[in-house]
Amino acid sequence: MQKDYSKLWILFRSMFVLSACTFGGGFVIVSLMKKKYVEELRWLEEDEMLDVTAITQSAPGPLPVNASVIIGYRIAGVVGSLTAILGTILPPMIIISIISLFYEQFRTNPYIATALQVMRAGVAAVIFDVVINLAGNVIKTKRILYIVMMVTAFVATYFLDVSAMIIIFVCLGIGLVDLFFTLQNKKGKVS
Amino acid sequence: MLLLKLFFAFIQVGMFSVGGGYAAIPLIQEQIVNLHKLMTMEEFSDLITVAEMTPGPISINSATFVGMRIAGIPGVLLCTVGCIIPSFVICLTLAHFYYKYRTVSGVQVVLGSLRPAVVALIASAGASILMLGLFQAELGDIILSNVRIVELAIFIVALLLLRKFKLSAITIILGSGVVGTIAYALMGAVA
Repeated sequence: MQKDYSKLWILFRSMFVLSACTFGGGFVIVSLMKKKYVEELRWLEEDEMLDVTAITQSAPGPLPVNASVIIGYRIAGVVGSLTAILGTILPPMIIISIISLFYEQFRTNPYIATALQVMRAGVAAVIFDVVINLAGNVIKTKRILYIVMMVTAFVATYFLDVSAMIIIFVCLGIGLVDLFFTLQNKKGKVS
Repeated sequence: MLLLKLFFAFIQVGMFSVGGGYAAIPLIQEQIVNLHKLMTMEEFSDLITVAEMTPGPISINSATFVGMRIAGIPGVLLCTVGCIIPSFVICLTLAHFYYKYRTVSGVQVVLGSLRPAVVALIASAGASILMLGLFQAELGDIILSNVRIVELAIFIVALLLLRKFKLSAITIILGSGVVGTIAYALMGAVA
């Protein structure tokens, strides 16, 4: 892993913009980060971004902050982490500081309410775009286990409200069992 | 020492809000409203509304909001820093080990089984936001005839633009907000 300090400014700027435009939960910003850092800037591999997401989900604290800590570390070590965090937390800090002074007017403004409602359609489109690519790649592995896991995990979270933490830990368990059998197979071939 | 109390309250929020987003709300309520009486319940519910309407993780938003109301800018800085310290330390450690061991084949097998789960989690977040956008309702309360045509059109066009022309996510999100608000204003339906 190489540290590249020349990327610090782009790192800060991109985190700032993503954070300022991310309405909705943590997985929205993960989709945006995937588009930015995997597809546009090509700083990260797609698998890496998914690993980072799994790690951020299992660690405590806000998901966008966790993700920026790891992506920042990947680009430029601890300095990168701090730069990325700063980019991520500045927009909400500035926006909320201003709004806290006159939040009554903000909360009741009909134009703001309408814009926020219609923006959900745009956010949903961005997430679907990312999901189509990601799911396509899972299917391309041609491992029935992975495809079944993906579909089951979706049904469990979306329809049955199972928490993300539980999904991650169950799949971690399946991964360990998978590893056990992979090692057994290798041993069998050697002897 | 009010500032110190705030600082430690938000360290706890950051440390114990596992699972991100809405998992943090009861924790903030316990620390800020019930335990330290730094905010009333009405102020807290206003905070949730504002936090939902603005970008950024809910715990950062509330740290800023509480800090600003109680101690101005120094309060904002202290609360936010408290909130992200646990994330920073834990994720930096995890990132360090991830990048050290991720090429080990055993680790690859285990990580491989987490990826389909992460794709499913992102898909589920996308589906929830889409339903909120199209029906202003959660999964259980959807009435198909209530579909909002403007949002549906925006979603389809946005997804098409993303797939065909690779527009950036930020352009799509902000663009859908502007186009949608104008559409509703022309229809005289901004309420």
